[in-house]
Amino acid sequence: MSTRRLSWPLSAVAISLFGVVFLLPFAFILLTAGKTQQESAALEFSWPTRWALVENFVAVVEARDYLLIIAFINSTILTVASVSVVVVLASMAAFVLQRRKSRWTKAVNLVILSGLVLPPAVVPTIWVLQKLGLFKTMPGLILVEIAYAMAFCVLLFQAFIAGIPKEMDEAATIDGAGPLSLFFRVVLPLLRPIIVTVVVVQTVFIWNDFASPLYFLPGDENATVQLTLFNFQGQYTNSYNLLFMDILLITVPPLVMFMIFQRQIVSGMIAGSVKG
Amino acid sequence: MKDPGLVMLRKSPYPYWFLIPGGLVFTVFFLVPSVMAFWFSLTRWTLFDQEFIGLDNYVQFFREPALASGLWHTLVYAVVTSGLKVILGMALAVLLTAPILGRGFMRSVAFFPVLVSTIGVGLTFQVLMHPTEGVINQILGWAGITGPAWLVDPDWALLSVAFVDVWQGVGLATVIYMAGILSIPGEYFEAAKVDGASAWHRFRRITLPLAKPATVSVILLSLIGGLRKFDLIWAMTKGGPGFTSDVMASVIYKQYQAGFYGLSTAGNVVLFLLVILIALPLFWFFNRKDDNQ
Repeated sequence: MSTRRLSWPLSAVAISLFGVVFLLPFAFILLTAGKTQQESAALEFSWPTRWALVENFVAVVEARDYLLIIAFINSTILTVASVSVVVVLASMAAFVLQRRKSRWTKAVNLVILSGLVLPPAVVPTIWVLQKLGLFKTMPGLILVEIAYAMAFCVLLFQAFIAGIPKEMDEAATIDGAGPLSLFFRVVLPLLRPIIVTVVVVQTVFIWNDFASPLYFLPGDENATVQLTLFNFQGQYTNSYNLLFMDILLITVPPLVMFMIFQRQIVSGMIAGSVKG
Repeated sequence: MKDPGLVMLRKSPYPYWFLIPGGLVFTVFFLVPSVMAFWFSLTRWTLFDQEFIGLDNYVQFFREPALASGLWHTLVYAVVTSGLKVILGMALAVLLTAPILGRGFMRSVAFFPVLVSTIGVGLTFQVLMHPTEGVINQILGWAGITGPAWLVDPDWALLSVAFVDVWQGVGLATVIYMAGILSIPGEYFEAAKVDGASAWHRFRRITLPLAKPATVSVILLSLIGGLRKFDLIWAMTKGGPGFTSDVMASVIYKQYQAGFYGLSTAGNVVLFLLVILIALPLFWFFNRKDDNQ
């Protein structure tokens, strides 16, 4: 791109467009979360006459016997467990798939691609979980999330491993490293940048996942954060202030991730979509 | 790799068993259910026992308008969201690579909705789209436009959800396009400018053709995503009013809730086939050249 001067008219158009289209909904969430119940029922985009952020926060947390706390704990367990396991399993598989090019690995890659494209068969998955005694259990849901995340992660890892020279492996092997120590001691540390990307992207995905917990881990005591939004809708049809406080609270973790890891998230999602 | 014989004798440093742990989870919880779906869709099924009933589920699926219309809605939804994401994503990318104030901030702002809870977005827009009190119709009212009733109007419900989908997802399309545009050498634009090409010409003749790989990614990604969409529709309309915004994924869930597991799974198989029929030809068509790294 050339030596271009700032275009003021274009800037003005862009800023007002973005303000209305992208920022207004978030401002609306914040404002409504700070209103009293009565005021929030008007559904208006207005400054609260009295800020009730703290009261609303306490009310949301206490609602239905601290369900939100339980949901936060459940979602955290689900996300941390699934992401940490899938990183190890997917990077191991990607390492071998990238280094050994054969008809076999080609076929495996094709199957992996299907995992990226095809919609999961939900009720048969419940059947599998039931057969294994894992239906309506957290470990069952974690395994399903790992399976769904696998394709994306393996493809991302493979693309990155392709950039690591094979001579590294050979040198380590000559020094007497077996496959396990070659991978875990030599290769895995080199994967740090892509691991960060995979972790943050998958954390956001799984944190926001709604359908899988809905199908595979039903029940109030098992609620994850996304499901609490519906619990509010059912219980407090008119408590828009609490609903929006809940939306605000469950948006905070992705927002924090985004502020810290914006570059990795954007590059990871571009890479994932271009590969898929 | 100087002496292949020696390498062959040694055990490979890349043992196939590295694939087993990950492959096992993927097979048991993704592949097996996918394959079994074809069998279960031919049964009357209660999870504990099945009775083979042939193609009855499929017959019922296509005979009941409430179910079959879901297929049509799914297609409309996928095509509308995908088309709008291509057009708006490209437009935003051009805007955000132009020399304007606060570019970096606006890039972040456009992308952030991608990371927000879809249910949260859906419920927020449900309120913003309220026919009489909603902020959107209020703003349209200032401009002298009487907005539609959005989610409660049978003609608008599906489109309304699709618009929100675009709002949430266009940021991803935008960054994909931005990556494409920024990889075009600046000299191309310089040269064209020297030759007197207008801004539109430069876009039409340089940006658009050279951003084609980005367009392919955006189309594939949003089509596949659109065909499977569930959470946003469930949060906003639950398929209503009536069945006017029911898509395959919501039909599958409703039949499951109602205890018709065989019928639900038949819907799942139909969705599989739909995705394969649409994605696979596109995929092969676009990806023929750049097979592997």
